[in-house]
Amino acid sequence: MSDLIDMLAARLKNKQPISVIGSNTKGFLGGALTDEPLSMREHAGIVNYEPTELVLTAKAGTALSEINTLLAKSGQMLPFEPPMFGEDSTLGGAMASGLSGPRRIHLGSARDAILGLRLINGLGQHLRFGGEVMKNVAGYDLSRLSVGAFGTLGILTEISVKVLPLPEQERTQMFTYSNARALSEMIRIGRHPYPVSAITWVNDMLYVRLSGTGRGVDAAAKALGGETLANQKRFWNSICHHMHPSFKQDQEWLWRLSLPPTTPVNSIPFEILDWAGAQRWVHAAPFDYSLFELAESLGGHATCFSGERVEGTGMQPLKPLVMQLSHRVKKALDPFGLINRGRFLEEAS
Amino acid sequence: MKTEILVAALAGGMSSNRVLHSSHETAPYECDGLTMFKARPKVVVLPETREEVCYVLKVCRENGVPVVARGAGTGLSGGALPHAEGVLLVMAKFNRILAVDGDARTARVEPGVRNLAISEAVSELGLYYAPDPSSQIACSIGGNIAENSGGVHCLKYGLTVHNVLSVTLALADGSIVTVGSDALDSPGYDLLAVTIGSEGLLGIVLEATVKLLPKPEEMRVVMAAFDDVTKAGDSVGRIIAEGIIPAGLEMMDGPAVAAVEDFVKAGYPLDAEAMLLCEVDGTRDEVAEELLKVERILKDSGATMLRVAKDEAERILFWKGRKSAFPAVGRISPDYYCMDGTIPRKHLSLVLTRMREMSKRYALRCANVFHAGDGNLHPLILFDANDPEELTRAEAFGAEILELCVEVGGTITGEHGVGIEKINEMCVQFSSDELTQFHELKAAFDPTGILNPGKAVPTLNRCAEFGKMHIHKGQMPHPELERF
Repeated sequence: MSDLIDMLAARLKNKQPISVIGSNTKGFLGGALTDEPLSMREHAGIVNYEPTELVLTAKAGTALSEINTLLAKSGQMLPFEPPMFGEDSTLGGAMASGLSGPRRIHLGSARDAILGLRLINGLGQHLRFGGEVMKNVAGYDLSRLSVGAFGTLGILTEISVKVLPLPEQERTQMFTYSNARALSEMIRIGRHPYPVSAITWVNDMLYVRLSGTGRGVDAAAKALGGETLANQKRFWNSICHHMHPSFKQDQEWLWRLSLPPTTPVNSIPFEILDWAGAQRWVHAAPFDYSLFELAESLGGHATCFSGERVEGTGMQPLKPLVMQLSHRVKKALDPFGLINRGRFLEEAS
Repeated sequence: MKTEILVAALAGGMSSNRVLHSSHETAPYECDGLTMFKARPKVVVLPETREEVCYVLKVCRENGVPVVARGAGTGLSGGALPHAEGVLLVMAKFNRILAVDGDARTARVEPGVRNLAISEAVSELGLYYAPDPSSQIACSIGGNIAENSGGVHCLKYGLTVHNVLSVTLALADGSIVTVGSDALDSPGYDLLAVTIGSEGLLGIVLEATVKLLPKPEEMRVVMAAFDDVTKAGDSVGRIIAEGIIPAGLEMMDGPAVAAVEDFVKAGYPLDAEAMLLCEVDGTRDEVAEELLKVERILKDSGATMLRVAKDEAERILFWKGRKSAFPAVGRISPDYYCMDGTIPRKHLSLVLTRMREMSKRYALRCANVFHAGDGNLHPLILFDANDPEELTRAEAFGAEILELCVEVGGTITGEHGVGIEKINEMCVQFSSDELTQFHELKAAFDPTGILNPGKAVPTLNRCAEFGKMHIHKGQMPHPELERF
């Protein structure tokens, strides 16, 4: 085991608080860390990759770009299309934040892809849960529980994920539609077994990405109609990694709303509808936290994506019972509350 | 607690004709699908409302009485085995489909709804619920959630955890909490993920919202015979290496094929050492293209026979054989013991060879069915439970198979759960610190430990007795514990 892992475990055993980050490309999410963070970036490297087993295991600090390059050589990919907000985003960071790209509606989320992990809990114990096989129901699913927990349930050190083949062909059809028309099309398309791998509406255009076999994709494109987008890779990267101009935050803050996909579009002026309507992006005035209430009333939740936010976690307040349970779960893994203080759950009242 | 007092207390919150305690009333509930373990519960309750469930939990918590939840009782690891001192909470009366939303492609159901009933109810909308355990005609969604059930289509469509949006749970303290939502994710920790597959130890499922998928335009299945198990295994790796994720990819060995063919007459090749079923689904064009590729790969891998089901009836017949494998084996042996390990697929031939050696050593026959795409093995050990010595050998044979799965980097259970059956093998797969972590998590949900005690996660004492504690760096964990 590396010196870094031994040091982290030793510090936790001595009940010293500790904060970890990957490359800090998603530092604007969640609350400010109380303790000066250490980077996991040096704990990097592919541990195991066997294309025909559809599994990759890497240390948490491994760069996603390195993983993507390696997988592409064998014609494979991470199915959840992890968003990267910087060159150096790590696998550990992707899992800790739990974010997924446009392909999520087709091949599942980061949480769906994880198969196993190693973590250092709050007692400084280095533990292993899950494994490197597709199906595994031995013990509670602590791997999935840790996805999106921002490291607060334990320091992620090694992660195994399911990988999938790159599609033989991809093609994107686009349509000039209002948001209301786009949403009804998303619903209509979703009820058909087309090989759709992303559906996004932005700037009065609906984009439908088809992924699959050559003839299958072409036949589906013909059935859907619309125009074929020329530079589709660039477009989908801009949606996935937030480089599209609609994500820009000049005077206003960017918010993510995760909603039941059929939620009407007239509730607020959404700027981007992704995930076939289930993930929506909107801007709001700085320090306006009213979206929490709105999102909850619509059966979903909101997350603030602004780096200017100085207070709180920018995350949807939990319902009282869920909050109580969450604090007990945190205590089960980190009984002294040492790891990543301030980052995730609001302090227990 | 005296039975009469417990019965009287329970009958205070629900109609007494749904509080069963005489031995002829409780006898039908003495086991689940794993019939080699049996126990009569003190009381069986059949609640009809959430309030009644919470009332039962309250009575049991106040009196320290264990509660075991049961759905359809088809589980194969003894997860619903009653506790002799406890209450068996039968959720069968929660059997309504509450709502179907075709546009959002979701169904809101009570836990006692049968897995297949969901797909049947939404069929006219062109939708279905993807996870399809072999017991899908009978098993209930509450049990599927407790066990994180799989099925023959999970390589492409995932397990229960990938197909459930939210679960409403009654916790041990009688509070009701919903984890997950109608959106694709929820704020805070992913409590939904940890609830699924928790084997009734964290809460009682009161309601669930499941995802529905549009039915594929077409499904085609290829049957291939091989004269060598290794060749069959290699062909699976090649299919995946060529970028195809089949909807289903199943393997059976010679003994399993023989048992099934005798029972179902599905046209399976009786002279084969191994047989594969590979299903592709999607739009017509996709299926046509993938089918050609699959046929070519299977031929190149040395298939001695290749047949594409000519129509839907034949496709269903091919699958009927596979889905009848357990009852088919039940016809050729007084009893069988179904194992459920998962291995990295590359070790298939090693594992099969070692199992053949074990079969000789234990002098028990073994037939293998295998979810080949995802490495999930179901060896069926044939034995006669009336011969206690043979039962002991069957259990030892099973345990050795599971330890072999861990040895090659796999797991002791792919989809059936640990329950009571594999509780000792948990000591082989996990260290004492890891097991302790599981117990801590359990306590976060159920501090007094009344829900399904003694299942899924062994106590450290039990592991010490079992004598196969996972040992890290040669250090014996917890030297203070007595060892037997």
